Amino acid sequence: MTETEIRPTGASAPAFPKDRTCPFQPPESYAQLRGDAPLTQVRLFDGRMAWMVTGHAEGRALLADPRLSSEWGNPIFPVVVQRTEGRGGLSFPLIGVDDPEHARQRRMLIPSFGVKRMAALRPMIQRDVDGLLDAMLEKGPTADLVSAFALPVPSMAICSLLDVPYGDHDFFEERSRDFVGAATSAEADAAFAQLHQYLHGLVERKRDEPGDGLLDELIAVQLAEGKLDYDELVLMTLVLLVAGHETTVNAIALGALTLLQHPEQLDALRRDPALISQTVEELLRFTSVSDYMVRLAKEDIEVGGETVKAGDAVIVSITLMNRDGKAYEDPDTFDIGRSARHHVGFGHGIHQCLGQNLARAELEIALGTLFARIPDLRLAVPLDEVPIKAGHDAQGPIELPVTW
Amino acid sequence: MKITIDRDRCVGAGQCVRAADEVFDQDDLDGCVVLLVSRPSERLSAEVRDAERFCPSGAIEIHDA
Repeated sequence: MTETEIRPTGASAPAFPKDRTCPFQPPESYAQLRGDAPLTQVRLFDGRMAWMVTGHAEGRALLADPRLSSEWGNPIFPVVVQRTEGRGGLSFPLIGVDDPEHARQRRMLIPSFGVKRMAALRPMIQRDVDGLLDAMLEKGPTADLVSAFALPVPSMAICSLLDVPYGDHDFFEERSRDFVGAATSAEADAAFAQLHQYLHGLVERKRDEPGDGLLDELIAVQLAEGKLDYDELVLMTLVLLVAGHETTVNAIALGALTLLQHPEQLDALRRDPALISQTVEELLRFTSVSDYMVRLAKEDIEVGGETVKAGDAVIVSITLMNRDGKAYEDPDTFDIGRSARHHVGFGHGIHQCLGQNLARAELEIALGTLFARIPDLRLAVPLDEVPIKAGHDAQGPIELPVTW
Repeated sequence: MKITIDRDRCVGAGQCVRAADEVFDQDDLDGCVVLLVSRPSERLSAEVRDAERFCPSGAIEIHDA
């Protein structure tokens, strides 16, 4: 890696990322990146050149290619969001490391996120969803669907799975949101430090009084056997807690919004509730909550007629891969009747979302129950007044005022 | 159609079980893929091809013969 240099790009290359205008559509200016070429060049905020991968096949191949690194701790790892500059050196478990370290960490967790284990959580998720909708209906007929529903559903589920006290949710939801979305690095770092300290204290308490969650299993087995050290355990829990909050909340809120804006599709789902599973897959394709993945090339890679050089930044555009006309007919049409199962909404390769089957269960139950219980649910403000997240964040509404 | 799996590559995403649950399972203890049938009948071939295509880590290989 010492031979590599960071390549700057010409000022003519389009800047990345851009903010969306419509919450469920790619930024309008990305149209120029959606030509025949599966890779184009973009410019990051610091002037660095990055490859923007928009081809579905090419992106899948690259995400599965071990020559692309996720090692956030590498000093030349690309920085997309200015506030995270200088955070290099902190290697986040799972998401910010390569194999073999990644495999060692992921293997400790995968039994707890298996298909059957997630299916067994469905009755609990259904109870939580029912309770939240009861409360919303009682307070209504208006609500912010994000804070009343989309946020607590995944928060309750991940807390239960880890056995983190849901009673502390205000504290860690706020810190989690600031950690990934604060305006300045000082605020983000402060939120991170507070979350870290909270989880540190929680692990300490659990050593004396074990509970029955994944965190307790990790303490009793992996920590006790020395397969995981204390700091790594705290950081891993932090990653799981933040990932459990900051993604599914957006998918539920943006999913509800997308369905409300496509009434004929929503009607089709109402007529046949068994379509919920493929509706969720199509929503994952169409909305691309995780808009992009960042990688660093460790070696030269020939792909899509270009040479990605060692040291180059690579932005894998989940949004544009999911709208690639070579992979989907009429890619910009939201159609719950299609088979969208090869979407890359959960990524691809070894880092593909660990919690994807939990997320699917949450989305299917939350959206299916929401529209069954409140058939006349509608937006309380015009679509262009719904505040949405910035282009570098997980995509979704900040608030979603609804009425019924 | 003959299937082989590489458990060392498995990342436990569960895509194979979702695509073809008569052919693939996940081990309760380690969470990794378990092959239930190595030579599935023709009836299951489309599902098995989906499982191979959706597997994020290339842990499933199909040998046509």
